[in-house]
Amino acid sequence: MLKKFSHGMIERNILLLGVLTLITVSIGGLAQIVPLFTVETTIERVAGIRPYTPLELMGRNIYVREGCYACHSQMIRPFRDEAERYGHYSLAAESMYDRPFQWGSKRTGPDLARVGGRYSDDWQAAHLRDPRALVPESIMPPYAFLDRPLDTRNIQRHLQAQATLGVPYTPEMIANARADLETQARPDRDPAGFQSRYARARQAAFDGNPGVVTEMDALVAYMQMLGTLVDFRDVTPEQLRQQ
Amino acid sequence: MATLSATQPGAMSAPRPMPDYVDGPIRAFAIATMFWGIVGFLVGVVIASQLAWPLLNLDLEWTHFGRLRPVHTSAVIFAFGGCALIGTSLYIVQRTCRARLFGGEEMGWFIFWGYQFFIVSAALSYVLGYSQGKEYAEPEWFIDIFLTVLWVTYLVGFGGTLVKREEPHIYVANWFLLAFIITVAMLHIGNNISLPIHWGSGFSYSAPAGVQGAMIQWWYGHNAVGFFLTAGFLGMMYYFIPKQANRPIYSYRLSIVHFWSIIFLYIWAGPHHLHYTALPDWAQTLGMVFSVMLWMPSWGGMINGIMTLSGAWDKLRTDPGLRFSVTAVAFYGMSTFEGPVMSIRAVNSLSHYTDWTIGHVHSGALGWNGLITFGALYWLVPALWSRAKMYSTRLIEWHFWLATLGIVLYITAMWVSGIMQGLMWRAYDELGFLQYSFVETVAAMHPYYVIRVLGGVLYLTGALLMAWNFYKTITVAEAHEAERDLAPARAVAAE
Repeated sequence: MLKKFSHGMIERNILLLGVLTLITVSIGGLAQIVPLFTVETTIERVAGIRPYTPLELMGRNIYVREGCYACHSQMIRPFRDEAERYGHYSLAAESMYDRPFQWGSKRTGPDLARVGGRYSDDWQAAHLRDPRALVPESIMPPYAFLDRPLDTRNIQRHLQAQATLGVPYTPEMIANARADLETQARPDRDPAGFQSRYARARQAAFDGNPGVVTEMDALVAYMQMLGTLVDFRDVTPEQLRQQ
Repeated sequence: MATLSATQPGAMSAPRPMPDYVDGPIRAFAIATMFWGIVGFLVGVVIASQLAWPLLNLDLEWTHFGRLRPVHTSAVIFAFGGCALIGTSLYIVQRTCRARLFGGEEMGWFIFWGYQFFIVSAALSYVLGYSQGKEYAEPEWFIDIFLTVLWVTYLVGFGGTLVKREEPHIYVANWFLLAFIITVAMLHIGNNISLPIHWGSGFSYSAPAGVQGAMIQWWYGHNAVGFFLTAGFLGMMYYFIPKQANRPIYSYRLSIVHFWSIIFLYIWAGPHHLHYTALPDWAQTLGMVFSVMLWMPSWGGMINGIMTLSGAWDKLRTDPGLRFSVTAVAFYGMSTFEGPVMSIRAVNSLSHYTDWTIGHVHSGALGWNGLITFGALYWLVPALWSRAKMYSTRLIEWHFWLATLGIVLYITAMWVSGIMQGLMWRAYDELGFLQYSFVETVAAMHPYYVIRVLGGVLYLTGALLMAWNFYKTITVAEAHEAERDLAPARAVAAE
């Protein structure tokens, strides 16, 4: 059998060459990707993970649009120095609703996986407008142009698309998307309904101006919730085990 | 062994009439390669300067680093590299098959203009704020669908030419090029499955999320390196180095082993981009093991390319085009050794998230992809425009040394800054506290970022000399006649 084999056979047959190539290049990807969808322990079983509020979701889309992932990771590795600098190592569960994932691959700036609550809203907005006013050595670009009204026309469609892809947005959440978005950025609105739909979501005038919902509001709201959903005091090692 | 004769036309049998090759679109691809190369290097210099002097972000939403960085990566990988690959592959497949391009001139021009449309629309979309937010897969869903259609057309044109070939064997360069086209199609479709929020919107959400999304992205991302920047360019190597050296490929057997092992192993290497992340350990370990194994076929390919010069080493002195190709293969060897080292988890814990990674990709991109493309173009441009040789050999030599010096400055600056920053992040003082704040490590990078800009400027300058040389070669036929008369005298003087 082996003696009869000649590579010349493959070299003379384009279809054989093409099909064998396709099979050869498919194996590795299938072996690595399929189990991540089928092995249940891939996502840790921790409490507290909820879908993004409409305002946070729009803020996340701005984060993606501006290419923040080119310089900031959202993935803390299990090392002593990273635990001290950034906090508990990141869990797969913490990005289970992230479309796209924003783990990043370069830290020109610091990791942001747990930046939520580390600085005040005012600091975040001022830093985004003019990073070097607060951190003279910073090389981050300024994002003052985010002080413009947020485009909320398609907000229900955003939640609907996410729900179609498997994020547990309820029909109630989708129906109230616009109201929830405005409520979160305007402290004068009654937050009861909004907070019943999104646990531990914070209401604030994130950009310092309660009158208009801006892109700055959305981005700061998103950054201020990063890494805050899981309370690690309640987590057991068994819940964190991956296979 | 019959495949080897493809590099020695006429060695086997009496000359047959040449088919009427489709060369117009290939000439256009050669010019586009040069043009997009210069654009890509220029944007690279701009964003490198932004990291050294942040004022250059200009305070505008369209010009800051975050939006320009994908313009740079797409311009060099997909515009410069893509035009080089498509153009040379259409040249190679016709010559090695002795067959006219399937679909003729129309096929060639459709692929050319379609691909230019893809490049321009992708770049514009990033600047205007459309991005899928996945590295090297930033174009939104409507551009992805267009590219899929175009890529299938390219596969049909390339594969159709293979089907109607007159040579019984498919030459080894075409195996690599076919694997590149098939695999890039698979990766592009696999990583871009997404749902637009509605059909009138340019915005979409990726279908996989979180950890699965990360694995699929780096399955794509690493194999964009593996198949776009490696397999495709190896196809170029397997055609142009034998052509330039006028020698057959060193080992036919080695090319078979090289081909099947590299395409099988590469696909597994993606998870080394995700070491110590929330990706389960079993996947990280697989990625590391296969990345280390990948070292062997990579060096097998390097040996096959460089040893093709056996008996023709003297040509390195007289043919600066060949010098580009051979130096490219040497850089390929270096970066395919560095890659497996960095994929080892212990090393990766230091190198990941730092400039070391940036230096590594640039030793591959500037050293391997850039130099092999320049080498191929210096051979191809005179051939496509029916010139005896390039307008100026001196300019090619200047280009060579400017490019090489630029690469050396770039990668050494990134080694130093990357390793230094990695060590600073994990440094403790005598009381057991972290020694440096993050921003202190940023400030320490400044001198190296300036050196990197300098390296990029040198590389860009070399490419501008190349563009001038092409312009003169194509437009000034009589000038090179005069140069040719001088050539023998100089060669003697150099002995």
